[in-house]
Amino acid sequence: MAWFFAKRLVSFTVTLALATIVIFTMLEIVPGDPARLMLGINATQDAVDALRQQMGLDIPPLARYFAWVSGMLTGDFGRSYTYSVPVAELIGDRLWVSLPLAMISLALSTLVALPVGIAAASRRGSAADTGIMASTQLGVAIPNFWFAILLVYVFAVTLRWVPAGGFPGWDKGLMPGLTALILPSIALALPQAAILSRVTRSALVEALGEDYIRTARAKGLGRRAVLWRHALRNALIPVVTIMGLQFAFLLAGTIIIENVFYLPGLGRLVFQAITQNDLPVVQNVVMLLVATVIIINFLVDIAYALIDPRLRKREA
Amino acid sequence: MSLEAGSVPDHVETWADFRSRAMRSRSLLVGTILVAIILCGALASFIWTPFDVTQLIIADRLKPPSSTHWFGTDHFGRDIFSMIMVGARNSIAVAFVAVGIGMAIGVPLGTWAAARRGIVDDILMRFNDVVFAFPAVVSAVMITAIFGPGQFNAIIAIGIFNIPVFARVARGAALSLWSREFIMAAQVSGKNAARITFEHIIPNIANLLMVQGTIQFSLGILAEAGLSYLGLGTQPPWPSWGRMLNEAQTMVAFAPHMAVFPGLAIVITVLGLNLMGDGLRDLLDPRLRRER
Amino acid sequence: MNSFIRTIAAAALVATAWTAPAMAAKDTITLGVVLEPPHLDPTAGAAAAIDEIVYANVFEGLTRIGSKGEILPALAESWEISEDGKTYTFHLHTGVKFHDGSDFDADDVKFSIDRARAEDSTNAQKGLFKAIENVEVVDPATVKVTLSSPAGNFLFNMGWGDAVMVAAESAEGNKENPVGTGPFKFSSWSKGSAIEIVRNDAYWGKPVALSKATFRIIPDASAAIAALQAGDVDGFPNFPAPEAIPAFQADPRFSVVIGSTEGETILAMNNKRAPFDNLKVRAAISSAIDRKAIIDGAMFGLGTPIGTHFAPHHPAYDAETINTWPYDVEKAKALLKEAGFENGIKAKLTLPPPTYARRGGEIIASQLRAIGIDLEIVPVEWKQWLEGPFKGDFDMTIVSHTEPMDIGIYANPGYYFGYDGKEFQAVMDKLNLTTDEAARYGLMADAQKIIARDAVNVYLFELAKTGVWDAKINGLWENSPVQANDLTGVSWSD
Repeated sequence: MAWFFAKRLVSFTVTLALATIVIFTMLEIVPGDPARLMLGINATQDAVDALRQQMGLDIPPLARYFAWVSGMLTGDFGRSYTYSVPVAELIGDRLWVSLPLAMISLALSTLVALPVGIAAASRRGSAADTGIMASTQLGVAIPNFWFAILLVYVFAVTLRWVPAGGFPGWDKGLMPGLTALILPSIALALPQAAILSRVTRSALVEALGEDYIRTARAKGLGRRAVLWRHALRNALIPVVTIMGLQFAFLLAGTIIIENVFYLPGLGRLVFQAITQNDLPVVQNVVMLLVATVIIINFLVDIAYALIDPRLRKREA
Repeated sequence: MSLEAGSVPDHVETWADFRSRAMRSRSLLVGTILVAIILCGALASFIWTPFDVTQLIIADRLKPPSSTHWFGTDHFGRDIFSMIMVGARNSIAVAFVAVGIGMAIGVPLGTWAAARRGIVDDILMRFNDVVFAFPAVVSAVMITAIFGPGQFNAIIAIGIFNIPVFARVARGAALSLWSREFIMAAQVSGKNAARITFEHIIPNIANLLMVQGTIQFSLGILAEAGLSYLGLGTQPPWPSWGRMLNEAQTMVAFAPHMAVFPGLAIVITVLGLNLMGDGLRDLLDPRLRRER
Repeated sequence: MNSFIRTIAAAALVATAWTAPAMAAKDTITLGVVLEPPHLDPTAGAAAAIDEIVYANVFEGLTRIGSKGEILPALAESWEISEDGKTYTFHLHTGVKFHDGSDFDADDVKFSIDRARAEDSTNAQKGLFKAIENVEVVDPATVKVTLSSPAGNFLFNMGWGDAVMVAAESAEGNKENPVGTGPFKFSSWSKGSAIEIVRNDAYWGKPVALSKATFRIIPDASAAIAALQAGDVDGFPNFPAPEAIPAFQADPRFSVVIGSTEGETILAMNNKRAPFDNLKVRAAISSAIDRKAIIDGAMFGLGTPIGTHFAPHHPAYDAETINTWPYDVEKAKALLKEAGFENGIKAKLTLPPPTYARRGGEIIASQLRAIGIDLEIVPVEWKQWLEGPFKGDFDMTIVSHTEPMDIGIYANPGYYFGYDGKEFQAVMDKLNLTTDEAARYGLMADAQKIIARDAVNVYLFELAKTGVWDAKINGLWENSPVQANDLTGVSWSD
């Protein structure tokens, strides 16, 4: 048991370390001079050189790599070139948009997907099941940014119920903030809900086919009771796994939706930073997103092992 | 969660199973039809489109759908129907090559890892985890930022993220095969790992890879649309579905047709591919019939 | 009777007092801006986005540029120019304080100018100060600036955002916390979202009507449309989506003001690189371009066609230049044939992010295809544009030169489009030494004709300033002679 966790922990650390190397190397080969970019078109070469020195761009790469990693370990994420503020501060600000967005989307998709998945599984083979599965196929196929544009056309441009984009900031109150996040959350939640309902359904169907369920049925327990008391609990494991991964995806993969709605979130921060050559921001935000995924994967692995001892033995 | 390819169904088909299976094959049929429509449009565009998509006629801009322009015109007066036809071949080409890259690199890596186990397996799987951990769009944006936007770099960016998918599927399936009797028999008869992989493992996981390939193909279409939407995919004058949606966005209030049709094209393609994938899975892997 | 009147009057007074708070005109404003400034120090960056926030609001120079491009006194109340045009004596306003409470005087002027022109200065427009030889403090309210040679546009140059006055003790912090002398003080900046400035109650001049102004950063065209319609912003001085203008014109809630900018939008050609080093090729390209289609297709009709690198609203603009290379596809083909390129040309067209470039580029590529020039479109971000085309590595590109009065760039053979015209350089040298206005205008006209005749670049159109704002706002600039959102005269009606 301890050996298993030790092994997992080592591979987790190795993965994180590899990620830092990959990110750093990728950014080292980005063309373009950040100093020139900051000063703009008409700046003279001496002005640019002066700034390069100020920004520490003349230190060799290896030293810069270690400075970066050790900085991160002590909570120092460096300063943004374009905003000249600590990157940690930027991330903190943007997280207050991305985190609520991801949470609302996940909540929406779960609220829709679980009942739908359960309904489909409990009426397997019925017309309702067929209809539900067909619509989830459609849900998976709709690109979320297209769906977003259509939502904007209907609810913002035509009906004018909600703003078509932008984020007023939480200091303007809870409601304006939430209103601004409604359409983006729906757009993000749709394909996730479709995927999650399919997973829920197939996990339930599988659980219902297990021997102990058959035994329970044979003992005279009603179909409903079996479903709710036994099958659902077992089916939850894969469902929760998918939800964990979806949350990581939602936190990171919102670049496009944040662009459609112009939300000042993490995804947009990274996108802008990449186009503006703001290396400290790119480096650290991408690292943060990657680390989140790695940590969630690690936790899922551990959770699996705790629930299912067979896995532990097989791997160790 | 690994799939045991080629196992035999261990129960008798029920009426519900049968119906579900019937629906499945229907989904293969519907999927194939949808994909065929798009594919025909893409192929036809090489020899004929209703209008020239590189010719801008400013005077004809923003015309709603009509009998001349079936899907209307865009802000440069181009025919949207023709643009969707040409855009189809671009989407398909990008996704196809990207899946090809993923398979060509991922499958050898995955089967190699399964054959060697130990340290090779560990290292490969760690790298897999790292690539997997990168949010796909973020990395695609990084790659295109480094090498510049364009069709080729979009292919690379999408291709890279297909590698770990295929590596993982190939490894999982191969690992379960290595413990099977017929493989052990082959080992006893003195065949080396490479030969076993080529003669026994790959043919046995081919079905699985084909199903996965169809799914990745549809994801590739979505990814290409997303990158083009951000302006990082195929460049003008060649139309692409994602960029058409981007251009439509500020004009949706007075020209909604510019947003509706390219989006429908994406939905039809992705839906078709997913239905095909599901249908194929059933045909090729009978065991799964029971589960879904 | 008397008491009756008194009662009425009292009632009226009460009534006014009662309704006054509700009726008082709004005194805060929220404006949308497209680009977020990299920082807020106009003396350390060329980004127009900096001036759009701080120019005339937070920072002031010796002179300032007014809404019509005229030179107005600012911190210098008056000035004298010596006979030889080499010495400028500035008389400063007294009692002026920086926002941190410190006094502004002649020492700050010397500090600011010397800092800007110093060897290690990061000022992006060092050229503005090139003519300065010496800055001398005569007394706390008088500064004498000596030039090495007369410079006709020196007072205009001192009105640029890059030449504003800063204090020695706060200059280093201006990027994050700008400290100027202006009628507004910097208040807060939430990165990626908004910048806020508030009224400076200790201002030396006429106090401003607004108590607070917020600049919301909205780079996305569709978000800009949405923000205006939802009332999230009161106005967009430079509205980024020309396609949405008709909808706002039809809406009585908004004023739509189409003015002019100093932005000459050009199709630049690399004059140093074959085949663009050939006048006939450049002339062919110039003749193959239909400016009207570009203005209609890319800018939805907003913009004025130009024939040379000069603002068409300037009195010295030579309107005849537009006929130098009129749109004529047959002539263009003939010119190309004469140049020996009847089999066509392949080249790259590099496009920076703005709409005028991206959309205009597609139309230009389509127009040039008609005469056998096959352009590969290469869209780039600004950083790549600065690394490539701006360093002279390009075939063709589209860019808008928004600096006022910048025809002088054609005199620099090292400038990115690589034009080395001796005749033009001679005219510019003469212009720099001329102070008489009529003579200057004559020379400017000559300069315009030369670059039009040499077809250095294709002069497409003057960028329009498309302002959309709440119909109740008064005093926002109609035109932009400099890139600025001067809020000193802005107020709300009713």
